[in-house]
Amino acid sequence: MNYEFDFGLVLSHWRVFVWGTWTTIKMTLIAAVSGLCVAVVCAWVKTSGPRWSCWIVNAYIELIRNTPFLVQLFFFFFALPAVGLRWSPFVAALVAMIVNLGAYATEIIRAGIQSIPRGQIEAGKALNLKPWQIFRYIVIGPALRTIFPALTSQLTLLMLSSSVVSAISADDLTSVASNLQSQTFRSFEIYLCVAAIYLALAIGMNGLFKLVRRRFLDYPQQGVT
Amino acid sequence: MRTFGVAEFLFILDAARWTLALSLVAFIGGSVIGLAIALGRVSRRAWIRTAVAAFIAVFQGTPLLLQLFIAFFGAPLIGLSVDPWVAASVALSLNSAAFLGEIWRGCIEAVPRGQWEAAHALNLTSWSRMRHVVLPQAFKIAVPPTVGYLVQIIKGTSLAAIIGFTEITRAGQIINNATFQPLMVFTTVAALYFLICWPLSLAAGRLEQRRSLL
Repeated sequence: MNYEFDFGLVLSHWRVFVWGTWTTIKMTLIAAVSGLCVAVVCAWVKTSGPRWSCWIVNAYIELIRNTPFLVQLFFFFFALPAVGLRWSPFVAALVAMIVNLGAYATEIIRAGIQSIPRGQIEAGKALNLKPWQIFRYIVIGPALRTIFPALTSQLTLLMLSSSVVSAISADDLTSVASNLQSQTFRSFEIYLCVAAIYLALAIGMNGLFKLVRRRFLDYPQQGVT
Repeated sequence: MRTFGVAEFLFILDAARWTLALSLVAFIGGSVIGLAIALGRVSRRAWIRTAVAAFIAVFQGTPLLLQLFIAFFGAPLIGLSVDPWVAASVALSLNSAAFLGEIWRGCIEAVPRGQWEAAHALNLTSWSRMRHVVLPQAFKIAVPPTVGYLVQIIKGTSLAAIIGFTEITRAGQIINNATFQPLMVFTTVAALYFLICWPLSLAAGRLEQRRSLL
């Protein structure tokens, strides 16, 4: 083993890595917010929508959960343009991430909604609250508290799996690393550093979620008393 | 230019055995290391627990794709030939070990405390307490989530396509480059994965349900 490590090269290209990291964070944020919106709608349909719409949502969830993210990405990027839907790698990657997260988060959110005792919802109905008021004032708080750990680890997984979108060169952290490695052939050093950046992001996200939970979700609730 | 026909379909179908083979290798490797991880997590020695926790944090906190890249590009540095098979097997095994280890730790800890104490009261050594009392019971608890995790492993093998391992996804890319019929090709690819994974997901759900009824 007489390989000379050269991490100086990575350091001298730090701007590229910062840019890639920023793109990854941006994609994760957009996909997380939109994906959760999709999931809330699907969870609502699954718990209280009509039969036929339940089937559609179930089919969507099973399809996404039983195929790899990479194949979904290829489908959105290569297959859909063939039927006239053209988009850039960045948008295709985002759509794939949103669709993917939506399916996983639906099941989590549904579990949260079902963890609310029936009596509380009936109490809301008895007080003549509208369905969205019941959702907003009765369901969402305790449900969020129950599913918070599962949901946040799903979001961390989303951030990590966003590295896969480098397969269609969507400008994320792994893509810029791949470009740099094809110019410099310092693959090992580059990927080691990029892995470290992902690890730091994952640890940062966990820390952030812990803070959020302590501030907003732990009993006794702050700001209410 | 070729069109997507029976021969192309068979080419992709043929690649399915490499997906299955890689999944099997990753599952076996991941189980062996994962069991060590799970036992390390419940070890009495603090330094073992810390070391194992660090292993899990690293492998669960970095993308599987990067682990594949590092195994693939790192292998030549320690004198091994660059072989997608080896790199993919190593990376997927270690990754699965981190996740399976964490799942199984939960199963080991789910064995009622009284069982541990009973074994202790019978003066069993810590080895035979694990071997004859705790692990057999933990095994039953572990079956549903482990079957569920198999689906994750199979889906994870698709990433090996990126380092050039010819399994279903890579076969799909090759056929797509030859036929330019992405809709056909990737629908077929997705359908194959679905046919492999869905029965496993259903089985995991069934087993989970049956266990919760007990």
